[in-house]
Amino acid sequence: MLTLTHFLTLGAVLFCLSVAGIFINRKNVIVLLMCIELMLLAVNMNFIAFSHFNGDVAGQVFVFFILTVAAAEAAIGLAILVVLFRNRSSINVEDLDAMKG
Amino acid sequence: MFEQVVFYTFAAVLTLAAGMVITVRNPVHAALFLVLAFFASSGLWLLLEAEFLAIALVLVYVGAVMVLFLFVVMMLDINLTVLREGFARYLPIAGIAAVLMFVAVGSVLTQEKFTLAKTAAEVAHPADYNNTRELGLALYTQYVWPFEIAAVLLLVAIIAAIALTLRHTRQTKAPKPEKQVAVRREDRVRLVKVEAERQG
Amino acid sequence: MGNLLLAIVLLPLAGAILAGLFGRQIGRAGAHWVTSGTVGLAFVLSALVWKQIVLDGAPVYNANLYTWLSAGGVDLHVGFLIDQLTATMMVTVTFVSWMVHIYTIGYMHEDPGYQRFFAYISLFTFSMLMLVMSNNFLQLFFGWEAVGLVSYLLIGFWYTRPTAIYANLKAFLVNRVGDFGFLLGIGAVLMYTGSLDYAEVFKAAPALADTTVSIWGGQEWSLMTLTCLLLFVGAMGKSAQVPLHVWLPDSMEGPTPISALIHAATMVTAGIFMVARMSPLFEMSQTALAVVLAIGAITAFFMGLLGLVQNDIKRVVAYSTLSQLGYMTVALGASAYSAAIFHLFTHAFFKALLFLAAGSVIIGMHHEQDMRKMGGLRKHMPITYWTSLIGTLALIGFPGFAGFFSKDAIIEAVELSKTPGAEYAYWAVLSGVYITALYSFRLVFMVFHGEERMDHHTLEHLHESPAVVTVPLMALAVPSVVIGALGIGSMVFGDYFGASIQVAHEHDVLKHMAEHFHGVVPFITHGMTQLPFMLAMAGVATAWVLYLKSPGIPASIAAALSPLHKLLLEKYGFDRFNEWFFAGGARGTGGLLWKVGDVGLIDGLIVNGSARLVGWWAGVVRHVQTGYLYHYAFAMIFGLLVLLAVFVHGALS
Repeated sequence: MLTLTHFLTLGAVLFCLSVAGIFINRKNVIVLLMCIELMLLAVNMNFIAFSHFNGDVAGQVFVFFILTVAAAEAAIGLAILVVLFRNRSSINVEDLDAMKG
Repeated sequence: MFEQVVFYTFAAVLTLAAGMVITVRNPVHAALFLVLAFFASSGLWLLLEAEFLAIALVLVYVGAVMVLFLFVVMMLDINLTVLREGFARYLPIAGIAAVLMFVAVGSVLTQEKFTLAKTAAEVAHPADYNNTRELGLALYTQYVWPFEIAAVLLLVAIIAAIALTLRHTRQTKAPKPEKQVAVRREDRVRLVKVEAERQG
Repeated sequence: MGNLLLAIVLLPLAGAILAGLFGRQIGRAGAHWVTSGTVGLAFVLSALVWKQIVLDGAPVYNANLYTWLSAGGVDLHVGFLIDQLTATMMVTVTFVSWMVHIYTIGYMHEDPGYQRFFAYISLFTFSMLMLVMSNNFLQLFFGWEAVGLVSYLLIGFWYTRPTAIYANLKAFLVNRVGDFGFLLGIGAVLMYTGSLDYAEVFKAAPALADTTVSIWGGQEWSLMTLTCLLLFVGAMGKSAQVPLHVWLPDSMEGPTPISALIHAATMVTAGIFMVARMSPLFEMSQTALAVVLAIGAITAFFMGLLGLVQNDIKRVVAYSTLSQLGYMTVALGASAYSAAIFHLFTHAFFKALLFLAAGSVIIGMHHEQDMRKMGGLRKHMPITYWTSLIGTLALIGFPGFAGFFSKDAIIEAVELSKTPGAEYAYWAVLSGVYITALYSFRLVFMVFHGEERMDHHTLEHLHESPAVVTVPLMALAVPSVVIGALGIGSMVFGDYFGASIQVAHEHDVLKHMAEHFHGVVPFITHGMTQLPFMLAMAGVATAWVLYLKSPGIPASIAAALSPLHKLLLEKYGFDRFNEWFFAGGARGTGGLLWKVGDVGLIDGLIVNGSARLVGWWAGVVRHVQTGYLYHYAFAMIFGLLVLLAVFVHGALS
């Protein structure tokens, strides 16, 4: 019998993997963006699980909006990345220290 | 029993794909593994009777977003060796952070609150239950304002992405409406009074 | 009657506004016609009121004309209380003011601030009338401050002179000290009686006779004593009693008409008037009366002494004013309020006369005020000489002249008084008579008799002053002679003042004296056999010997008693002490607060210190801002972990 805990644990695993991904891929902006997508996926997983087990469709509406925002975020993030690469010929995070205090 | 098999299969694929996303050297491969992860999630969501979102995830994410990722990755000529620096060095820290977080979340999940007894019993939907219709009803009635705002957000994202990446070249022959509107009569027309020539 | 009274008050105000704000439009002649006309009319109307109240025995008028505001059960009105006391003051104020207006036409003839001057003195008349006609403490205070303001403006009338600015600042500051006490006194009255209306306060006062208040250290003070003393502090400031007298001699920096009007005849007597008006309150406190008596006695005697060493003609008259104000205060302390007001009344005429005569001399001498450069003016300025001689005789109390009656009444009242300190005060006022005669005739002899010590140029141009100057002199000389004889019977010994002055039975020395009063002529003949008369004559004789017969003696006396002479020249060191203690102390405290408190503590520690702290801390934390994306990401994840830990902890426990 599948319970809510199964899905929540899966979501937690997914989230923790993406956190670890942010740490180890700290120099590659593209993979960082992918890790963020993974995080959002983990969150969406939780929302849909709650929606299913509580019989409430509102959770799915939330997922819908998160997908929207994530798509927008990916589009703008990649656009910034393209402009960045065009100007610096690199996407190395080490080179991006204009905000250094 | 069947459900459990499906769940564990997809969960295993998902975890494996996620693990590969964060560890493979080549961003193209990472993107492809992310696609796999999305497919696996989509399968799990079908299991949870969220059919519309499962399809949307595949269509929107795999079809559009991930293609964009791949496109960008391939377009940019990236020096991979530099980007992999410090990979091994940060692995232990990443592991500790991930484990800590998992312990924290897990300690919540083991609570009584999340056992079956505490959640509502799964609602057995009739055969003609339409998830898309239910979601649509909620979206276009109760959540119509957030829905509109989301639409605006996407529009803004489109404009922003274009504005950011657009290259202005001098060769474009497109007319400039703002300049056309700002034109005054004196700039264009000069009235000259010409004396009628006298005959003879 | 309300409209009549309003007209009396508002006429001078209208004149002041016209001359002050539209002086340029109406011109110099317009200004003096408007102001003299309105004040003259106010005098005529005042005389009418006086006739109704005093001669026809009309009932006392007490009514509120306008309610300024009412708050929390306290109503603040503009209203008039017209009784015998007020009517007398009104006539005195408007008459002297009118005379001064006319005199000013001549005196200020060449001054560029002509219209301004007339506006000020008319404004003063308005303020003084508001003060005396008030039926409540607040309006009294309004008038009190308004006359103070005009006094300030007029002392500094020649505002380009540094000494004038210094003098008006001094007058203003010293008067603030007095006003502070006065305001506290009014506050005490309001707090305990719940009203500012005279009639209501006086009605409520007897019930408070035994009330005590604790100010500090659990010491109990009689409420009435405290209130009266505070009110008297106000009177000390305005009426220039020791130690708040220091502003009056300096106020002579103002034009002479002002010295006559404000700083001799009217404003400085406001304190005397106020105490007399508050007689029902003062009668309830023996202590307050004793203090009033002592202060008055000190002022009367010691300020007279200072007149002996002054060489500036106006300053001699100024110290004589101080001394005479002391006499009035002594009379108040001895509960002889009528005698005080009577002396105020006569003094207003002869002191205004003396000042205006001094002004006339100053005009003749081309604004030279040093008596050592005068002499022998009798031949050149006969009218000035004779009028000022009349004024002087009135001042020293020569039998038959105005001052004789009022001053003798005071001295006798003090002799009979049972107020503590009355014996000492008696000797002070008695010696004061001798001193008064001495310095007054010193002035007369030095200015009008003896050799002509002025320079050749001045001597050539020496002539009698024009009619606008001499007419007021003569007009004032008449009452200076006759007013005493006319008034003594009713004002001091009769029931002229009716219920406006109330004296407790056991204090009523005047009643006792009235039993022995059998008319003016016996009073004069009796006076001629008494000690005061002989002392006055001795003073005149001494002055004659010292300043006419052998003018070398004063110098040798001064040399022989050089410490005393120096003390008198230093005016007992009041000015020096004030400058050193109050001004220096305030500057020192200010400097200390500036250097330590402001520059050191506020600017240095708090403002700059906090800025420096923020700068230092910012310098430390700026290293946290590396600019690297992943550092921010790590920080976020770390924060997420902490939050998660907090929530989980909360969820588990």
